[in-house]
Amino acid sequence: MVNLKIQEVRVPAPSDAPLHAPSLVSTDGSTPGEPSAIRKFLLGRGSSAGADKGFRWLMLVCAFSIFGIVALIASELLLRSQLTISKFGIKFFFGTAWDPVNGNFGALPFIYGTLVSSLVALVIAVPLAIGLSIFITEMCPGFLRGPLSFFTELLAAIPSVVYGLWAIFVLVPILREHINPLLMHTLGWTGLFVQPDFGFGMLAAGVILSIMILPIISSLTREVMTAVPHAQREAVLALGATRWEMIRMGVLRNARIGIVGSVILGLGRALGETMAVTMVIGNRPDIVKNLLAPGYSMASVIANEFSEASDDTYLSALIEIGLALFIVTIIVNALARLLVWAVTRGAPPRVA
Amino acid sequence: MSSDTTMRAANRLRRTATNHLATGLAILSTLLVIAPLVAIFGYLIYKGASSLNLAFFTKIPTGPGESGGGMANAILGTGILLAVGSALGVPIGIAAGIFLAEFGRGGKLANLVRFTADVLNGVPSIVMGIAIYSLIVLPQKHFSALSGGIALGIMMIPTITRTTEEMLLMVPNAVREAALGLGVPNWRAVLSITLRTASPGVITGCMLAFARVAGETAPLLFTALGNQFWSANLNQPIAALPLQIYTYAISPYDDWHRMAWAGSLVLIILIVVSVSLVRYVTTRGVLKGAN
Amino acid sequence: MGVGIRVTNLNAWYGTNHTLLDINLHIPANQATALIGPSGCGKSTFVRCLNRMHETNPIAKVTGSVRIGEIDIYVDASPVEIRRRIGMVFQRPNPFPTMSIYDNVASGLRLNGFGNRRVLDEVVERSLKHAALWDEVKDDLKKKSGASLSGGQQQRLCIARALAVDPEVLLMDEPASALDPVSTAKIEDLIFQLKSQYTIVIVTHNMQQAARVAERTGFFLNGKLVEFDSTHKIFTNPGDKRTEDYITGRFG
Repeated sequence: MVNLKIQEVRVPAPSDAPLHAPSLVSTDGSTPGEPSAIRKFLLGRGSSAGADKGFRWLMLVCAFSIFGIVALIASELLLRSQLTISKFGIKFFFGTAWDPVNGNFGALPFIYGTLVSSLVALVIAVPLAIGLSIFITEMCPGFLRGPLSFFTELLAAIPSVVYGLWAIFVLVPILREHINPLLMHTLGWTGLFVQPDFGFGMLAAGVILSIMILPIISSLTREVMTAVPHAQREAVLALGATRWEMIRMGVLRNARIGIVGSVILGLGRALGETMAVTMVIGNRPDIVKNLLAPGYSMASVIANEFSEASDDTYLSALIEIGLALFIVTIIVNALARLLVWAVTRGAPPRVA
Repeated sequence: MSSDTTMRAANRLRRTATNHLATGLAILSTLLVIAPLVAIFGYLIYKGASSLNLAFFTKIPTGPGESGGGMANAILGTGILLAVGSALGVPIGIAAGIFLAEFGRGGKLANLVRFTADVLNGVPSIVMGIAIYSLIVLPQKHFSALSGGIALGIMMIPTITRTTEEMLLMVPNAVREAALGLGVPNWRAVLSITLRTASPGVITGCMLAFARVAGETAPLLFTALGNQFWSANLNQPIAALPLQIYTYAISPYDDWHRMAWAGSLVLIILIVVSVSLVRYVTTRGVLKGAN
Repeated sequence: MGVGIRVTNLNAWYGTNHTLLDINLHIPANQATALIGPSGCGKSTFVRCLNRMHETNPIAKVTGSVRIGEIDIYVDASPVEIRRRIGMVFQRPNPFPTMSIYDNVASGLRLNGFGNRRVLDEVVERSLKHAALWDEVKDDLKKKSGASLSGGQQQRLCIARALAVDPEVLLMDEPASALDPVSTAKIEDLIFQLKSQYTIVIVTHNMQQAARVAERTGFFLNGKLVEFDSTHKIFTNPGDKRTEDYITGRFG
């Protein structure tokens, strides 16, 4: 037999007093048994399967536009650089002479300038960005975290031309008057910091680039470091580690791949930066060891000489440089994104 | 045994010292990062604010070396370029974002689109300028505001796609289910319910894209080209704020330098407002009302 | 008037997870039918199969037939058409956050293209009265947002919203589980009233609630319908031992 617990339950009786709801007749006063006007209306609306399909298709097409943009850029660049591609072939990228007057085009000075300025930028920015990220994620008092990350986000959003403006009137004089003499005095023996010193040059470009790529390296490093599960940190701490040791072994070691990814992403940005670099690099297509000497980057030569390109070969050469820049930045960015994705999306990083 | 304890004590000392050193270096890095930001902002406000007068907003540039001009035409030009660009970039970007959030979730295609959008965001803007030059300016045989606007519009698409997707994903599934449960067609539910709920975030995301694109110089160098006079003609070159700043910055005239600072301040204010708005909407959770 | 639902050989999957196994039952018109069972037994999945919400999940699959009147809802009609006839109230109240109370209730009609202002006003008033919410909100219809109401009020708002499209069946998936006892009592009283107009299916983990409001009750366990009978019989003299064990609290 069933126990008492069931008998506590009452079974509904129709006389139970309701709450405020009025007594209900048919929905809209129409004859009972007949569907109401509302139901008739809705029945007439149909299934809308066609509209849904069309909508989905439209959204899909727009999403595909992303691929379309890549295809568009690639095809236009390839098309317009055919002249120099067929004329110079691969030697284009190894030639050191940039001589538009005589129709001789070699892109090596610009590749050199781009690489060196980017390298200088990385050397300066990477340690600072990682230090900043460590501070914000592991050491910072809670109330500072928001403002600090906000400031770095602002830094990332400042337009290149504004950085360039500041670099021309503030950074270059500081370099020329204070920092470069010091560098020449202490490190001149390396051959990297010797006369002439106009302020404008590779070093200036490298410094302004470092300021520009710092926010992106930092924010991605922070994202990657926060993705490391707390359990890793706690495990190291439980062994009696100091905070730095916890950071080094519990966080950085696991986030290594992602941090490399964010550094590569910063490199990608540095490679393509145009305006700020153009304004301070000096615009001289020379290949010299001296960091204080003027140089020229791939993006800068395009920016400066495009509108003056008087003949088709000249234009084609510039566009071919643009094509190279496009391909390189795509590869670098793709690699970087993959590395960051590997850490933040849960593929467990190897602890080795 | 005592040599063992002294060794351990020395070890501990070394480890503590390293810890303090590391902390110090981290703090130093932070200061070194904040310093240029403060320097740039401070200097900009100092130089820019004094140059911002009424003439800046109402007059067009004067001849080289003459004073008293303004950047009114450049402000108008940037506005027009943004309008043209957003007509192209906003609908496509939002639609792509809707696809990623509402139809493609987790699928391989959506992942590929998202990945490509992120990579595209890292392509130098000057490359976009060359592509549009080749596509539009060369066949038309003239520079134009239209080509500049299209270049900017295309640049907006990856950014708006990603921000729209992020904002739509923040809308709780319960809201979607409520709409579907009423027998509302899917397309209507997405547009009138989901997108509408996320609209503060989507709109501020678009504003952020505008602010970023408004500061771009490189893609305009060989499309919109720049213009010293008033022009609102889409088929002619047009002035733009960053282009004007660039031209003035590399010129030898003090008065033009002064105006370059003023123009930069205008751009910076635009950026600060947009970034702050996006932060406000996503963290303070105007969208959280959905819970 | 409501309609009855006849379910034949219903099977449902989430991916490879076979969540419902060979469900057969007949839900009578103009009555309240309660579905009880422990967590994870499949009762929510079952109810979501009745208005084709289950398939909104991309890895979901359904076989079998569900008929209202002559129509097999999976074969003879689209999901959108079915959901206009079979409405749903969810576990957690989910009013549209950006809309006023009026707009919330009118949303089902408006978003389906209905524009007649006067009729909408009538429908909104009628639905809010049916949901026993009218008196509390009639002065703030357009001023207050749906999300600014209390939990119990929000759920009644959702009921009003569902009623506004004049469905024949109302599915309620644990409608009072997120609410306080007073709101719960109000909702249960509401169900009494609604029964004469609509067919109600209510999922609940609260057995006392099932006993209070429903004429028939079905007991689900591990994806199977163990027993389906009059509420009185289920709770006083269940036919299956598993039902008896659940009712007496031997397992939760």
